[in-house]
Amino acid sequence: MKAYSLFSLARNAMSYHRNWQRAWRSPDPKKHYDVVIIGGGGHGLATAYYLATQCGISNVAVLEKGWLGGGNTGRNTTIVRSNYLLDASAGMYEHAVKLWEGLSQELNYNVMFSQRGLLHLAHSVHDMQEIGRRGNAIHLNGIDSEFLTPAQVKEMLPIINLDCHYPVMGGLLQRRGGTARHDAVAWGYARGADAAGVDIIQNCEVTGMRIENNQVVGVDTSRGFIGAGKVGSVAAGHSSVIAEMAGFKLPIECYPLQALVSEPVKPIIDCVVMSNGIHVYVSQSDKGELVVGAGSDAYNSYSQRGSYDFIEHTVGPLCELFPLFSRLRMLRQWAGIVDVTVDRSPILSKTSVKNLFFNCGWGTGGFKATPGSGHAFAHSIAAGEMNAIAAPFSIDRFNTGALIDEGAAAAVAH
Amino acid sequence: MFIITCPYCGDRDQTEFTCHGEAHIARPLNTESLSDEEWGDYVFFRQNPKGMHRERWVHAHGCRRWFNALRNTVSDEIFATYKVGDARPPLPENPS
Ligand SMILES: Cc1cc2nc3c(=O)[nH]c(=O)nc-3n(C[C@H](O)[C@H](O)[C@H](O)COP(=O)(O)OP(=O)(O)OC[C@H]3O[C@@H](n4cnc5c(N)ncnc54)[C@H](O)[C@@H]3O)c2cc1C
Ligand SMILES: [Zn+2]
Repeated sequence: MKAYSLFSLARNAMSYHRNWQRAWRSPDPKKHYDVVIIGGGGHGLATAYYLATQCGISNVAVLEKGWLGGGNTGRNTTIVRSNYLLDASAGMYEHAVKLWEGLSQELNYNVMFSQRGLLHLAHSVHDMQEIGRRGNAIHLNGIDSEFLTPAQVKEMLPIINLDCHYPVMGGLLQRRGGTARHDAVAWGYARGADAAGVDIIQNCEVTGMRIENNQVVGVDTSRGFIGAGKVGSVAAGHSSVIAEMAGFKLPIECYPLQALVSEPVKPIIDCVVMSNGIHVYVSQSDKGELVVGAGSDAYNSYSQRGSYDFIEHTVGPLCELFPLFSRLRMLRQWAGIVDVTVDRSPILSKTSVKNLFFNCGWGTGGFKATPGSGHAFAHSIAAGEMNAIAAPFSIDRFNTGALIDEGAAAAVAH
Repeated sequence: MFIITCPYCGDRDQTEFTCHGEAHIARPLNTESLSDEEWGDYVFFRQNPKGMHRERWVHAHGCRRWFNALRNTVSDEIFATYKVGDARPPLPENPS
């Protein structure tokens, strides 16, 4: 792999940028891999990257039915934060934020991680109690969070209408939160994994699971059978479909989650703003577009289309909070299929089938965890046992009752 | 989707309804002897199919009655709605 640098940029400018090396190869699948990862989203690619670079397992394939990052990785609103309530979540999401902080350097790929600050608004006594409880819990876990008065909120966001329907009563700010460039995360991990020997195989759909004596031995794909010592399923919205191939059910249901972007405008909002109370969240991309998150439809669907009334439910509160946005035109709207668990926490787990591991259930908020999830999952697959960060997220919790209820911290879908 | 046929009220806008997940999950009767596995399975684990799904809906902003629907989760097309307790309508031959 040729490293990217100012010099390589200058050198390639000489040849009109026609001679850049491809970021990753496109190999034909081998007959057998030590580990096969199903799903070429950020989490799957990160898993492969850490397997190859930290766990000494480079005979790895990532099988992606479409194109890299074409699932939720490329459809999300890119918010990164670690201000969750419970210890297990703090462990996972803060692990991820720490990795985010060095990720562009580590990957030699600019993932545009921008710690522009993330502000949760409170609009009621209940909201104030929620951010009070969560803010203090976050402190106890050694993670940054600050309470803001309405006046301080106004100072950060001069364009906000504090006196909106359900006036703003306060805010919880995580300065180390922010955004990252979603595609770049998938591409950066893909390039790094490929350089470390991982085969990234696109347009390769897993259609069946081969299991012998309750042990997975490979997968059937649209490009034939591929043998595997271990299989890690990281298929987000399609996890239940993969589980069905392996003969079990998951505690997951899938819903469409929508987002929209506006026409680009000059910098006007320089942090991420989210409100659980009136349900809206917004940030501004480096291109100038407002990135606006909507809610998830409350019926199971794999349609990748959200319903129209949700757009209205989203832009209404947005314009109430920021009246001047009412004149903006929206350019694009889309949906991703999110894999939601009942406690709004992910599943990283062994399964009833030997050597088959699942990483899923990230639902509406897994982008922020991409590096941490990949890292924890890679080490767990390599060891054959879930590591300390992943262990609380075992699928067994739905039978033992040890749920990790993050419903409040994840009340807004992001 | 967009128009849903309530078995009691007829065609109505989707926004009048709310969905409540997989239908026909019977509450186990022998609750004292149920294992943690069986409880967890009943409460949390779901088919979540990509394709035909039998599911529960409520006409929340209408007659407020519960009913079942047979819907394709890929196209969101509804093939049938039927009252709780009615026989399950058959799967369509060519789900689009
Ligand atoms: C609109 C929207 C907004 C969001 N906003 C945020 C946010 O602001 N912050 C945040 O943290 N999270 C957010 N999320 C959630 C986040 O996008 C996901 O949790 C995260 O991206 C999941 O990453 P992944 O790599 O697990 O999944 P994906 O990127 O979906 O990757 C899974 C891959 O598996 C592939 N696949 C599926 N089935 C098969 C098969 N049979 N064979 C081969 N490949 C297969 C898919 O094609 C896909 O590429 C949002 C999601 C949506 C939809
Ligand atoms: Zn009705």
